[in-house]
Amino acid sequence: MKQKITRSHETSEQRKSNIGVRMTILYAIVYSGFVVLSVFFPALMGVESIFGLNLAIAYGLALIVIAIIFAIIYNLLVRIPNTPNTSQALQQPDTEISED
Amino acid sequence: MGGYFVANSSINWGVNGIAFAGSYLSVASFLGICGLIAFFGYDGFLYSIGFLAGWIIALFVIAEPMKRMGTFTFSDALNHRFNHRGIHLAAGISVLVVSLFYLVPQMVGAGVLIEPLLGIPHYWGVIIVGTAVILIVAVGGMTSTTYVQFFNGGLLLVFAAILTGAVLMRGVTTANRVNEEGSTDLQNFQYQEISAELAGEILLVDLFDAQVIERYATVDSNTGMENLVLYHISHLIPATPLAENQYSVSIKGRTIPFSTTAGDSFWYVEQMDGLPYLRIQDWWRLIPGEDGAYRLIETQFRAVRPDGMVIINGAPEDSSIRLRQVGGISSIPAIHGQGTGAVGPLKMLSVMADPETTILQPRSVVFTSDAGDRITVYYNQPVSGSVFMRPGLLFPLEAKDGEPATTTLLNRLNFISLMLALFLGTAALPHILIRYYTVPDPDAARKSTIVAIISIGLFYIFTMYLGVGAINSGALNPETSNMSAPLLARSFGEILFAMISGIAFTTVLATVSGLIMAASGAVAHDLMSNISRHTFADNTKVLVGRIVAVVFGIIGVILGIFFRDMNVSFLVGWAFAVAASANLPALVMMLFWKKTTAKGIIASILVGILSSVTLILLSPDMWARYGLNPAHAPMPINQPGIVTIPLSFAILVVVSLATAKKSPETTKKLEVKQSIEV
Repeated sequence: MKQKITRSHETSEQRKSNIGVRMTILYAIVYSGFVVLSVFFPALMGVESIFGLNLAIAYGLALIVIAIIFAIIYNLLVRIPNTPNTSQALQQPDTEISED
Repeated sequence: MGGYFVANSSINWGVNGIAFAGSYLSVASFLGICGLIAFFGYDGFLYSIGFLAGWIIALFVIAEPMKRMGTFTFSDALNHRFNHRGIHLAAGISVLVVSLFYLVPQMVGAGVLIEPLLGIPHYWGVIIVGTAVILIVAVGGMTSTTYVQFFNGGLLLVFAAILTGAVLMRGVTTANRVNEEGSTDLQNFQYQEISAELAGEILLVDLFDAQVIERYATVDSNTGMENLVLYHISHLIPATPLAENQYSVSIKGRTIPFSTTAGDSFWYVEQMDGLPYLRIQDWWRLIPGEDGAYRLIETQFRAVRPDGMVIINGAPEDSSIRLRQVGGISSIPAIHGQGTGAVGPLKMLSVMADPETTILQPRSVVFTSDAGDRITVYYNQPVSGSVFMRPGLLFPLEAKDGEPATTTLLNRLNFISLMLALFLGTAALPHILIRYYTVPDPDAARKSTIVAIISIGLFYIFTMYLGVGAINSGALNPETSNMSAPLLARSFGEILFAMISGIAFTTVLATVSGLIMAASGAVAHDLMSNISRHTFADNTKVLVGRIVAVVFGIIGVILGIFFRDMNVSFLVGWAFAVAASANLPALVMMLFWKKTTAKGIIASILVGILSSVTLILLSPDMWARYGLNPAHAPMPINQPGIVTIPLSFAILVVVSLATAKKSPETTKKLEVKQSIEV
C-alpha cells in the first residue's frame, strides 16, 4: 500500500488523505444541516418524518448510522490497490462519494 | 519503556478498536447522557450525536498520520516536520490540562455511583476509585490499561444492548411500577392532589388545621408572569400510636416511626378528639384550574436549616428518610390503553414523541425561605411527548414570549458552540490519541478506528433507549440525573442493577486510567527532557511516568469532590472545548497547510488552552459555582468553543506567516522582480 506510484504523482497516503478529507467535508455538511435546523427551525424538528419518528429523532439517528456507513465505505475505498493497472478503480470511488 | 507507555505497539487492531470504545465511552456517555435524556428529553441525545460525529475526523483525518509520524505521544507527530522542543512543551501542557478537565467528571461519576450503592459519602467513592485507578496505571502501565478498556468496552456494549431489549419489552406504560427499595407501601403511594380556593391573598385549603407559613413564587423574567407558585403549609397528619410516646406516621408513602420522649424535640404530637396527630410543615405547588378553582399538589423538598440540620419532606434526614424517586409517564395515546406492551425500537420513539403522551419531567427549584432555610423543592412538570422528544428543554433555542433578542441569540450561540466543540474535540482528546501508538502500523490504526466507530455508534443508539426507558420507569433520583441508568436497571431487578453498577465502575476505571496514562506520557516524554534539556534513561522516564500517575490521580480526586453535583456530560462538554481549541487546529494545519511553522503551532496550542480555560472560568455556570449571580458573568455563554476554536486557527495562521522562512522559490521570485526593477 505504501509504495510510490510512478505514473501518477499521488502517493497512497495522499490518496487516502484526499478521500478522507472529502468524506469529512460531506459529513460536516450533513452535521451542519442538523445544527442549523435545530437552531433556526426548532419547531420543524418536531414534525413527523419517516417511520412515525419526528425529524429530530430521525435526523439524529441518521447522523449516527451515516457515520458508521461512511467508516465502512472509507475502509473499502482505501483497500482498493492503487497501482497504474487499477487507475480506473481509483476514479470510481471519487464519483461515488460525490453522488452520495 | 515502550512496554509501559505504549504496550510495545503490539495490540491487535480489533482489541484496540474495542479498547477505543472502552476508553471513549466514559461515565459521561453512559451515566451522563442517559440522565440528560431522562431529565431533559431529546437534548441529552445531542451529546450522543456530537460525541460520535467527532470520530469522523478522528478516522478520516487524524488516525493514520498520527501513527505514521509518531511513536509515543501526539506531540511526536506534531513535531514531525520541525524538531522544535517548544512543540513538545506546548503539547505536553495541553495534554495535562485537557486530561484534567476530562478527569473531573469521571471522578464525579464515580462518587455519584458509590454513594447509593455502598451507602457511604460521595467523597469516599471518589477516593476509592481514584486509588484503584492509580494502582492500575502506576503498576501496570499501558498494557493493563488497554485490557481494562477492552473488557469495559465489550461489557458496555453487551449490557447496553440487554437493557435496551428490556426497555423495549416493557414498552411505554403509565402503570405505577416504581421499584423503590422493593417496598410496597412506597409503590402504591400517589402524591396528594387537593382542591384549593384563593380568597384574595388568603388560601383556603382542605388540610387539617392548616396555616400558610410562607408563599414563594418564581417569576418569568421575560413576561413578568408567575410560573411556579409554592406554599409552605403547616398542618396535622394522623399518627398511629405504637407504645407510650411511640408513634408512626406516613410521609409521602413512607412509614416513619418516631418517639416524643425528652430530648427529641422535633416531633410535636397534638391530641384532637382523643386521637394523636403530628404537626408537619411541607411545601405544596399551586396550579390554576378551571373557573377560578385551584389545585394544590404535594411536592418533595429538602431543607437545610441554618444550624445544619437537614429535613427531607418534613422529617429529619437519615438512612431511611430520603427523597422519593420521581419521573414517569402520566398518559399515552388512548389506543394503547394503560401501556403499549412490547414494542419495536422505532415504535417506542414514536409513542414517546406523540403529542398525547404526557411525560412527568423532574424539576427542582432552590431558594432561601423566610426562616433562613435553604430549600430545594422537587416537583414533576407534565410535558407533552412532542416537546420532550425534540430540542429545547435543556438548550432553549426557540424565542419565548417577551424574550429579548440578545437572549435568544446567546442561547443559539451556546448551542452551536457546544456542537462545534463536540465535533472537533474527539479527535484531539489525549487519551484517544495515545491509543494510536499501541498498534503496530497505520493500517491497524485505521482499522481499529473503524471498529471504534461501529461499536460506539451502536452504543449511542442504545443511549436513546436507556434515557427514555429511565423516565418511563419513574425511578429517577430527583437530586442527580447521573444515577438514571443504574436506577433504570434496578426497576428490572436487583441482578441487572448490580451488573450495570459494576460496569459503571469499570467505565470509570477504563477512562480514568487512559487519561492518567496520557498525562503520565506527556510529562515523561514531552515535558521532562525538554524543560531540563537533559536526556533521561528509559527506566527514569518510566519511574517519572508512574509518579505522575499517582500525583495526577490525587488531583483528580480532589476536584471530583468539589464538582460533585454537576451533570457529568455537561462537564465533559468543557473538556471537548479545551481539546478542540488547543490541539485540533495544530493537528489539522500541520497536516494540510504547508506554511505552518513550529512557532505557529506553539502559539495556537497555548492560546487555545488559555482562551478556552479563561472563558470557562468566566462563564455563567462557573459564576453560579462561585456563589455569584450568573447573569453578571463576564462571558455570556457557557460554551467557549465558538470563540476559541476559530481564534486558535487564526493565531496559528498569523504567527506562521509572521515567522515563515522564505522558501527558495519565493526568494527566486523576489530576485527576478528586483532584477526587472533594476
